[in-house]
Amino acid sequence: MNREQARQVIIEALAEVAPEVDPTGIAADVDFTEQLDLDSMDYLNWLIEIHHATGIEIPERDYSQLMTMTDATGYLVAAGTESTT
Amino acid sequence: MSDFLMPSLGADMEKGVIVEWLIGPGDRVERGDVVVLVETEKGIIEVEVWQDATVESIVVPVGEEVPVGAVIATLAEAERTPPRAAAPAAATTRKSASPSDMRRAIGRAMSRSKREIPHYYLGTTVDMTAGLDWLQRHNAATSITARIIPAALLLKATALAAAAMPEFNGHYDHDQFSPSPTVDLGVAISTRNGGLMAPAIRDCQDQALDDLMAQLSDLVSRARRGRLRESEVAAPTITVTNLGERGVEVGYGVIIPPQVALVCFGKIVDRPAVVDGSVSIRSLMTATLSADHRVSDGHRGAAFLDQIDQYLQKPEEL
Repeated sequence: MNREQARQVIIEALAEVAPEVDPTGIAADVDFTEQLDLDSMDYLNWLIEIHHATGIEIPERDYSQLMTMTDATGYLVAAGTESTT
Repeated sequence: MSDFLMPSLGADMEKGVIVEWLIGPGDRVERGDVVVLVETEKGIIEVEVWQDATVESIVVPVGEEVPVGAVIATLAEAERTPPRAAAPAAATTRKSASPSDMRRAIGRAMSRSKREIPHYYLGTTVDMTAGLDWLQRHNAATSITARIIPAALLLKATALAAAAMPEFNGHYDHDQFSPSPTVDLGVAISTRNGGLMAPAIRDCQDQALDDLMAQLSDLVSRARRGRLRESEVAAPTITVTNLGERGVEVGYGVIIPPQVALVCFGKIVDRPAVVDGSVSIRSLMTATLSADHRVSDGHRGAAFLDQIDQYLQKPEEL
């Protein structure tokens, strides 16, 4: 998975839990929960959508590594690469 | 024959607009079927039928606004007609209530609450360390699809306390309090457009935590999309608001009439605390109760908060 593919997965998963969000307006380095007004249920549902789309199992201890678009993209690229090697 | 009425979808609702009929004359309906979509100031709600019947006539056409209690269809005893496949309600295009409409509805309900309900407020500090430790162990051993968030513990603990102390669980109407035999726990959910809904998780006191999580997830998702059902919005028996999610440490809520209690949970913060004579870092949270003095007093309110605290100290039993 490259960065563009990861970004696409993230945006499609967000569209499921926050359909009113305009993906072009997402700031790269601002906490998702703050800029999109996600609560803990939304956030978990978003991670579950990513899991369904990619098969990547995200342990709870890693949640803090997926709080911004930049960080989440990097995480998925690394995890996607790991799972295919 | 029986009349099917425009339901009251909350204490503040006075009228509704028929958006779409999912049934027609001659159709057979079963208890729990969604039969009509109604637009209210809080959004479009799926209205269910509460008896097995055959539709005799549609009285109010799509687009017409009628008051609560008006006859909108007539039903006859169900017989002979084969069941009709329910229309896929999810396929309907929905529009959200405008923020100003919803704000007006909330304003009316809250004004009524402050005008009619003699509120009293109590707060206590709850040690969430045991609960968070249990969740961490549970979630580390389960797939992401089966994990539980702290809010589920808070909802379940409140439901158990409400079941044990019925003076906090029910409706006050016409100068009389009617306790509810079940805890239909309202969950305050922000709709992000400036609105607020508090649909119920029904029979919450009997839900296992994983079932409760699944229902909470579904409820939040549908509330955001404007796809709540009548049975969820009409009659919660107590409400929980979890403003800790938004960083608030202490909140004192306004009771939603005709309910008689509301519990607010604040942010869980790590702080030094004295436990068994020693100082250690604990995960602490403030829980507050807003309750109706016509039904309970501070002494019982204190016991109610204490019950919630005790349940939260044994998360494995929730």
